[in-house]
Amino acid sequence: MRNVLTIAGKEIQEGTRNRWVLATTLLMAALALTLTFLGSAPTGTVGVNRLDVVIVSLSSLTIFLVPLIALLLSHDAIVGEMERGTMQLLLSYPIGRREIVLGKFLGHLAILAFATLFGYGVAAIALMATGSQIGAESWRAFASMIASSILLGAVFAAIGYLTSALASERSTAGGIAIGVWLFFVLIYDMALLGGLVAAQGQTIPAGVLNAFLLANPTDVYRLLNLGSGGASALSAMGGVAEYTGLSSPVLLAALGFWALAPLGFATVIFSRREL
Amino acid sequence: MNETVLVSGIAKRYGKSTVVRDVSFTLRAGETVALAGHNGAGKTTLIKLMLGLIRPTTGAVRVLGEDPATGDFAVRQRLGYLPESVSFNMALSGRETLRFYARLKRVEATAAEQLFERVGLAAEAVDRPVRTYSKGMRQRLGLAQALLGAPRILLLDEPTSGLDPALRRNFYDLITELRGKGTTVLLSSHALTELEGRTDRVIIINNGVAIADGTLDDLRHIAQLPTRISVRLSQIDAAPKWANGGMNWRRGADGGLDAEILPDRKIRLLHDITADAALISGLTITEPTLDDLYAHFLKAQVTK
Repeated sequence: MRNVLTIAGKEIQEGTRNRWVLATTLLMAALALTLTFLGSAPTGTVGVNRLDVVIVSLSSLTIFLVPLIALLLSHDAIVGEMERGTMQLLLSYPIGRREIVLGKFLGHLAILAFATLFGYGVAAIALMATGSQIGAESWRAFASMIASSILLGAVFAAIGYLTSALASERSTAGGIAIGVWLFFVLIYDMALLGGLVAAQGQTIPAGVLNAFLLANPTDVYRLLNLGSGGASALSAMGGVAEYTGLSSPVLLAALGFWALAPLGFATVIFSRREL
Repeated sequence: MNETVLVSGIAKRYGKSTVVRDVSFTLRAGETVALAGHNGAGKTTLIKLMLGLIRPTTGAVRVLGEDPATGDFAVRQRLGYLPESVSFNMALSGRETLRFYARLKRVEATAAEQLFERVGLAAEAVDRPVRTYSKGMRQRLGLAQALLGAPRILLLDEPTSGLDPALRRNFYDLITELRGKGTTVLLSSHALTELEGRTDRVIIINNGVAIADGTLDDLRHIAQLPTRISVRLSQIDAAPKWANGGMNWRRGADGGLDAEILPDRKIRLLHDITADAALISGLTITEPTLDDLYAHFLKAQVTK
């Protein structure tokens, strides 16, 4: 365990040194603030709870941004160190390969968590500063949105590790990472939507739709944050969520699986790799 | 237990190409061994096998009694490794880098810091990011991490490549000091001449095969390489008696006489030459260098 923490600590140290932490935190804070103030303009200040509006817009932002940041951080983690020759030296130390993967993953996760917490936290604080009334229910939804954003980051970091363990070159890992991002964030939903349109209103069984939604972590995230509470009405995701009948624990478990499975595979593959 | 590393009959194949075949040797405590061979001969592969980074296709490796690839990796605590052209994270300082490795080896930070002085890394450089280091400084930092925790075995891959002569001497002094403390030092090199007088034993690797293993004297004895003797005569046209003793003397451009002589006849000839000191004005004896020895063993393997 001490080795895992040592590796994680070094990863965080490197992240602060090469300005990854600063850059991602600033980027997320800037976008969150923009969305908070521009995005809530059309709804005005009456009626809807303003934090609920923020949750809807920040969730959409998360789906694009967090996977991208996570993949950018992680795709280099294993193959990059191999290419630079630092992995060879590290492996000559009394440390297991599993500990290296886990330690690096935790380090990257800490960077992501920090950026999300502070970036989005700034938006909530700014909202409070402008004197908006925010109910306890909305705060809970906001907190769970941040937590699940970090979990979504963990999922894509794990996928990044898997590509990093598989690829023989850094550039290959980078290419695969971008492909993964495009697929899950853009192409998948468009294809799903296209499929629904092609079905021409015929009712698709809930089971099939569930399978399709659970097969994409960004959809799981979307359902989790926009499927219930004040955000569901605003985002029109409530209808889908009701139809699928996937409860929050199921969705959380799906995200957890999406994080652990690729990480497990990455560890196994890395353990067998010779260098 | 005197033996620290045991390599028996190992081979390593990558697909169809065999990088190392049937290599066996034993390294003992307090021994400095050079792994010599040209680039791509299999030196680095052997070191990786000893580290457990790769597994042998056949044969077995034991490091301090453990299989380095699958065994208890606690033995790595007593192992120092300096990779060929060592690299570190560029953004961290030398001190941060060494602290990180010290934590992994469970070495106290204060004990680690003392190594900077030992390898001669200047105090002002320690807190600078590694990005600003010269090749020599990076190599010193690499050596410092290899020395963490007073290792019983040091595996150094091309440790002196790219170092200037002063640094090189510094480095070999350190090795001598470690040898005195009973550390097994294995260093690979293709610059053989600089190993002269620095190693107890030389293992020559060519095309993945160990073609020679022994002390330098042993190898010289096996190789029976001739010693080169050049004599400058005091009178150009003199024809001394010893000059027609069945040897192949050649007259050099400067009027001197050159001959190559096998070790067993060397002393007698020298005795004859120096018997009449008035005849000669200069005498140079060139023993075969490590490079000659290496070339000899390479040739012997080709003709085999």
